Amino acid sequence: MFTRALRSGRALPLRRNAFVPLAKRTVTTDAASSHAEKEHVPEKDDKPFEVRLSDESFETYELDPPPYTLDTTKKELKQMYYDMVSIRRMEMAADRLYKEKKIRGFCHLSTGQEAVAAGIEHAITKEDHVITAYRCHGFALMRGGTVKSIIGELLGRREGIAYGKGGSMHMFAKGFYGGNGIVGAQVPVGAGIAFANQYNDKDNTTICLYGDGASNQGQVFEAFNMAKLWNLPILFGCENNKYGMGTAANRAAAMTEYYKRGQYIPGLKVNGMDILAVKAAVQYGKQYTVAGHGPLVLEYVTYRYGGHSMSDPGTTYRTREEIQRMRSTNDPIAGLKQKLLDWEVTSEDELKAIDKEARSYVDKEVEEAEKMPVPEATPKILYEDIYVRGSEPPFMRGRTPDENYYY
Amino acid sequence: MVASRLLRPASRLLSTHRPFISPSKSALQPAASLPTLVNARRYATPSGVKEVAVRDALNEALAEELEANDKVFVLGEEVAQYNGAYKVTKGLLDRFGDKRVIDSPITESGFCGLTVGAALAGLHPVCEFMTFNFAMQAIDQIINSAAKTHYMSGGIQPCNITFRGPNGFAAGVAAQHSQDYSSWYGSIPGLKVVAPYSSEDAKGLLKAAIRDPNPVVVLENELMYGTHFPMSEAAQRDDFVLPFGKAKIERPGKDLTIVTLSRCVGQALTAAEQMKKDYGVEAEVINLRSVKPLDVEAIVKSVKKTGHLMAVESGFPSFGVGAEILALTMEYAFDYLDAPAVRITGAEVPTPYAQGLENMSFPSEDLIAKYGAKLLRV
Ligand SMILES: Cc1ncc(C[n+]2csc(CCOP(=O)(O)OP(=O)(O)O)c2C)c(N)n1
Ligand SMILES: [Mg+2]
Repeated sequence: MFTRALRSGRALPLRRNAFVPLAKRTVTTDAASSHAEKEHVPEKDDKPFEVRLSDESFETYELDPPPYTLDTTKKELKQMYYDMVSIRRMEMAADRLYKEKKIRGFCHLSTGQEAVAAGIEHAITKEDHVITAYRCHGFALMRGGTVKSIIGELLGRREGIAYGKGGSMHMFAKGFYGGNGIVGAQVPVGAGIAFANQYNDKDNTTICLYGDGASNQGQVFEAFNMAKLWNLPILFGCENNKYGMGTAANRAAAMTEYYKRGQYIPGLKVNGMDILAVKAAVQYGKQYTVAGHGPLVLEYVTYRYGGHSMSDPGTTYRTREEIQRMRSTNDPIAGLKQKLLDWEVTSEDELKAIDKEARSYVDKEVEEAEKMPVPEATPKILYEDIYVRGSEPPFMRGRTPDENYYY
Repeated sequence: MVASRLLRPASRLLSTHRPFISPSKSALQPAASLPTLVNARRYATPSGVKEVAVRDALNEALAEELEANDKVFVLGEEVAQYNGAYKVTKGLLDRFGDKRVIDSPITESGFCGLTVGAALAGLHPVCEFMTFNFAMQAIDQIINSAAKTHYMSGGIQPCNITFRGPNGFAAGVAAQHSQDYSSWYGSIPGLKVVAPYSSEDAKGLLKAAIRDPNPVVVLENELMYGTHFPMSEAAQRDDFVLPFGKAKIERPGKDLTIVTLSRCVGQALTAAEQMKKDYGVEAEVINLRSVKPLDVEAIVKSVKKTGHLMAVESGFPSFGVGAEILALTMEYAFDYLDAPAVRITGAEVPTPYAQGLENMSFPSEDLIAKYGAKLLRV
């Protein structure tokens, strides 16, 4: 491992100071801060090579930092790029469909935060578990949901990922426990998933995500306590995008170093705009929990470009300059793109082709989703799945007894 | 009844030993600041009537009470700098400052408990929940810490607090954000519970809630915030309060009594017009305004006249407001009924997201009219 002095000698631009955060943040949010020698990048797509992460990728609390190097392949880097572009394209489609009034209710987009969902997925397997809050479209996609099923859900279609029952905030897939609407409530639930893993002697980890706003909920601390007490294999992860709705982190939290808020749980703050740093952190965290060391509290330092939800313009509690600065200098997709070109992992043309492929895949799926039928407005479909099939009570009451539904 | 507390020997005994129970405590407020009956139908001149949105009526109520009593403060998520998630508290921070209008972290159980504590210590908090769905995180504090304390203390410890926020379903927000809690709070002794429909209701009930010496739950409705209603001159005054436990006859009628609350009042009124047009019957629409106490007298009086009762609400059917109204009607008005009383409720299903399914989950105007006609066999 490099010493701090050695590492800070590198020639990469220090963008940290360009951004004046409201809360103290020492980890960089530079999305293009990793380093690789292009001479060392192999010809072959699946041959591993080493990437060096910025020394400002992590901040630790009672924990040895993860290695500042990451083995990756050209193929993986391109996949990471594809994944992030797909998430963004999908969120953009949701944005448009919402504005066309085809999506109802609350709709929370993750534009700007793609490196978190995509980076985590690249560090875990489908046997690991993820649970998050309502800002869940990207996670649903990474966990294996199709764009069609996700957008279909937003449109309230029968073939949506939750059959049109859940909408934007409630999406589930294998190894993905939602999609939860009550701020903070998913955190002890996540601890329970980890508990089950431990109970079943499985060597998987649980990724349990919550926002900077959510981190003030009492049950987060209750979950921390149980997780440490019982040594649960869980990576608590605060997606710190600086705001909970219109409230800046430091107006809601007495201490905004979220990675330290486990107190007796070691913590790791991560550059959440750099997908490579996210992958390195989660990979390390997974090893840590699987080795039986108990929980970790991660903090992904990130930023949401849009408003809290579609009904929030997102400009009353922060400056347009702040948003613009993050978008133009810290964008996770642009950052990785720059690296891929710098390291000659891919050519400009190939990158354009990947871009195009991701976009046309998303666009095609969105188009298909728009053609999917809505659920038939019948009692059978309305009352379906309140209980496990075959275990229902004899009937459910309708708005009037005339509308009672008998299973 | 408040005065009699003072005269209780035990209370007097205690107060000499425990000087911190001062007569300035909320439960011991002079009667003048207790809700007094104001007739909402007392329109002065038609020209004095103003169209006001429910949201603005609530805002006005908060502003007036903040102005009137410096023990009143508003605390909740996004209430101050963001001007309220639904803009109910708009401008209050600017006007009253951050001592009185306070942004809370997202920690319902915590901030609800804190406001309850402040109430126990003599302040008159208005604890806003962004929606009542999130008050489920804090319901223990509302019930165990707020509602029961006065009784548990033998009347020594009052808790003058107002819990408010939007209740019930909103459009397209699915199961976790779409529940009606009227019956939950309505079942708790020690709480008072109101559910405004119109702007006058909203202002008069909220002001009464803040002034009432007990914990009061004000169940607003997000879908109504933007709706404008005429507001009488009397209601525009800063001394306007509505009494708890008094229903309002929104539309008189002789054939059918429709007892309803909150947003369903508007639906029932539309349905009543439709029933008149389609079937020539006159439905009387009773806006409960108050869930606890509940105006049984108004219901019985109406049923005496009409012989038919239909309750309309949007909560889950089991053990709900409708169920309670039907039970009360059985208990107090059975002999006046010409047919069994009926209820329209929300369907027994977690709220689905898809619009077509959501529509099937809540009362509609058409359903109210048709079911009313069926009850009357017309
Ligand atoms: C218990 C609860 N309280 C309040 C809300 C309303 N609400 C939804 S999201 C949100 C802000 C959460 O912010 P944060 O945890 O930082 O997550 P982010 O939206 O930034 O991803 C609030 C207050 C809720 N859904 N649940
Ligand atoms: Mg946040």
